[in-house]
Amino acid sequence: MRVAIVVFPGSNCDYDCFKALTDVMGAEAYYVWHREHDLKNPDAVILPGGFSYGDYLRAGAIARFSPVMNEVIEFANAGGPVLGICNGFQMLCEAQLLPGALVRNESLKYIGHAVTVRVENNETMYTNAYEKGQVVTYHVAHGMGNYVATPDTIRQLEAEERVIFRYVTPEGQATPEANPNGAMNNIAGIINERGNVLGLMPHPERAVEAILGSTDGVGLFESMRKFIEDGVAVRGEPVRQLAGVR
Amino acid sequence: MNTYHIEVRVSPRAGLLDPQGKAVQSALRSLEFSGVEEVRIGRLIRLELKADSAEAAREQVDAMCRKLLANPVTEDYEIALQETV
Repeated sequence: MRVAIVVFPGSNCDYDCFKALTDVMGAEAYYVWHREHDLKNPDAVILPGGFSYGDYLRAGAIARFSPVMNEVIEFANAGGPVLGICNGFQMLCEAQLLPGALVRNESLKYIGHAVTVRVENNETMYTNAYEKGQVVTYHVAHGMGNYVATPDTIRQLEAEERVIFRYVTPEGQATPEANPNGAMNNIAGIINERGNVLGLMPHPERAVEAILGSTDGVGLFESMRKFIEDGVAVRGEPVRQLAGVR
Repeated sequence: MNTYHIEVRVSPRAGLLDPQGKAVQSALRSLEFSGVEEVRIGRLIRLELKADSAEAAREQVDAMCRKLLANPVTEDYEIALQETV
């Protein structure tokens, strides 16, 4: 698995992703500076967390127009796996690769702590190594992670099982107390219609070694690896055909 | 070419929770400004823009809003335009 990690001015989880992919997963990873125009033929692209352009205007709003985003959008539209974590999720929404938007946390506070999220759908290229309904521990670190969308969009996401991660209590209940930021329907992560673009606020790359407090994030990268290298099918579709890559 | 002084007011969409507005509202209440029914916080963007006409200027700014200055999912915008002499 060859993964391109796009680096923007203000990205700060790029190395976390790199380390998770290389040291933990034994995969190949490399950086692509946001001003470049060549993704160098990756199997997947990650838009990492951070505060690109200081979150000026709106989180992700300016990064979304970085030169490399043309290639990222092209790659996504061709079916290539694109994973946006935290600030990357915000960019994917700004780029309209995912519906909705991420606004300021209901508490107005920046939050940085462990959360428990439930894997709502394991038939995706990002979650096939998890059980459906599995509760995993990731960490959140954001000030604008409050997911909002129109009622129609929320209904559609739910009906099509495109809410992939939901904030829940450790027992697996999606209660208001389990919701760290006020996100509609406790939404922590969603996928696009085609199933190749995932955005989530929590950080799986920070939950890959025991010393970090959780290894639950490994499952997400393992899912990608299984999809890309072993051809694990999701939703019964042949993998290569669905991904449209290679 | 004329120069236009433009103000774009971007505000959170009606019906959408505005946590900043809510916090300021409760702060105002605690300062005993008891009549404050609602507070919404947006942003004001001032531009100086060269364009052939007011219509052309407005059209350009509208495109800027749709593309970058406002997020249609969460924000509404208004454009006020004034020719500078």
